[in-house]
Amino acid sequence: MTAHTEATEPLLCVRDLRVVLGGRHILHGVDLDVAPAGVTALLGRNGAGKTTTVRGVLGLVPRSGSVRFGGEETVRTATHALVRRGIGYAPEDRGVFAGLTVAENLRLAERPGAGTPDYPLVHELFPELKARARQLAGTLSGGQQQMVAIGRTLLNGNRLIIADEPTKGLAPRVVTEVAQVLERAAEAVPVLLVEQNLALVRRLATSCVVLADGRTAHRGPAAELLADADATRRLLGVGSAEALRTAGAAPTAGSARPAAGSPRPDSPEGTTVSPRPADSPAPEEADA
Amino acid sequence: MATVVLLAVTGLGLGALYFLVASGLSLIFGLMDVLNFAHGALLSIGAYGSWWAASGHLPGAGSSGAGFVLAVAFGTAVGTLAAVLLELVLIRPLYERPREQVLATVGVGLAVPALLSAIWGSDARTFPGPHALSGTFGLLGARIPVNRLVLVGAALVVLVALRLFLGRTRHGLVVRAGVEDRAMVTALGIDVRRAFTLVFAIGGAAAALGGALGGLYYGSVDPGQGTSLLIFAFVVVVMGGMGSVAGAALAAVGVGLVQQFANYYTASGLGDLAVVVLLAVLLLLRPSGLTGRLA
Repeated sequence: MTAHTEATEPLLCVRDLRVVLGGRHILHGVDLDVAPAGVTALLGRNGAGKTTTVRGVLGLVPRSGSVRFGGEETVRTATHALVRRGIGYAPEDRGVFAGLTVAENLRLAERPGAGTPDYPLVHELFPELKARARQLAGTLSGGQQQMVAIGRTLLNGNRLIIADEPTKGLAPRVVTEVAQVLERAAEAVPVLLVEQNLALVRRLATSCVVLADGRTAHRGPAAELLADADATRRLLGVGSAEALRTAGAAPTAGSARPAAGSPRPDSPEGTTVSPRPADSPAPEEADA
Repeated sequence: MATVVLLAVTGLGLGALYFLVASGLSLIFGLMDVLNFAHGALLSIGAYGSWWAASGHLPGAGSSGAGFVLAVAFGTAVGTLAAVLLELVLIRPLYERPREQVLATVGVGLAVPALLSAIWGSDARTFPGPHALSGTFGLLGARIPVNRLVLVGAALVVLVALRLFLGRTRHGLVVRAGVEDRAMVTALGIDVRRAFTLVFAIGGAAAALGGALGGLYYGSVDPGQGTSLLIFAFVVVVMGGMGSVAGAALAAVGVGLVQQFANYYTASGLGDLAVVVLLAVLLLLRPSGLTGRLA
């Protein structure tokens, strides 16, 4: 592979991804690119197909279309073989094995014959995992389980990390911690991030893909979308002013400076994508 | 007192037999969601393999000493091989179709006994065990057949070996994780289907060993042995909690003892009924089984 193709081809290139589950069309045509650097956010309302897209990319659900990873077609590749090409996956429900210890959960993510697992990195980022190595993962808090899930993705020098709602249901302090780790991981490895917390998206993501009803509805730079009131409301069901207030300072929209006492950028109470249809705005958005 | 001791040891021997069948059944169901109705057939294959070898058909094997050990090893090996073939040829192509999969195992479970009786007849054949194992010994005034101890000893060895395998090896770790969440194991880059074949091999080996030693326990082999043991092994699996080896061991001992005592002190046959009642009571009180998790 030449430097030229590396520069132009996305690391992950999904075209017309379709998933049918139990006779229902969940996805009908998702296009998605993950650049070889930075965080790509996968956005959309509840039920838009974000998690199914991730599972379809990994082959955890039957899919059709095209999924190119590192320049090779993988839509017919078995999940384990695709993952071994260098993908770390932290699923929506964290996928932690409750009956195994923390150390065993991490050991499962090791890939014998594919380099030494980077325990120093994982333990540096999450010292708690080292201290709790012998504890059953089922007895950990949600935040600690998320650390196990993300720790597993950082063990193998992966080429891509996929994190599905890593901050869902976590305490504010833990959200900050997880965000910092993702930010640091993204310096070395591209990340595909499914996230409802727009403040976090604003802080981490360079580009974004928005799904609606199982299709790609929008692709572009993340900051551009979040600065556009109409587009944000139309695609994600939240008012842009609201999004920006919780997202902190918005360089492209000076009028929407955060007010004193507004939630911190990494607060989980910050604006999340509304499950409500865009055409039925909440009362406080009506006069925005 | 002597009767109680004899019944207890015999019950333990029966429990050991149940455990040898149920441990593999439990792991297979826990990991793969496959109800393997062919597991009794694997036991029968082990029993007939050992009987065939011990009857002088296999050079070096015989009914005593090292020859008998070789005969048991041969039966176990044939059963293991059959289990691996079963997984690769019949179970694997049907993972997406669980209903057909169950039917396929039922078919094998019916076909193997039919095949065995077609070749060697449907009557029980005397199992040629070593003289040293056919005697009895005294314990608290009771005369205990030695073969009961052989069964209990073998079951204990299998239990310890299984726990070491599950607890100390990477393959065992994959199996334990797969029992919890198979999809996540593949999402970590592990080919879980290899673990499927391995678990079938282990389960087949344990069942075939149970068949060989069951021949010793009953003094004979017949084509229907595996099927009748399978029913109680299923009860043990459900009681012990799917996928739990320690649970299967506990439940096997319980079922074996209850069956023996109830059959002796009440009418014969009530013991089998008592086991089913025990199952119902346990399921009402603890729906996830005795332990509820893999150990």
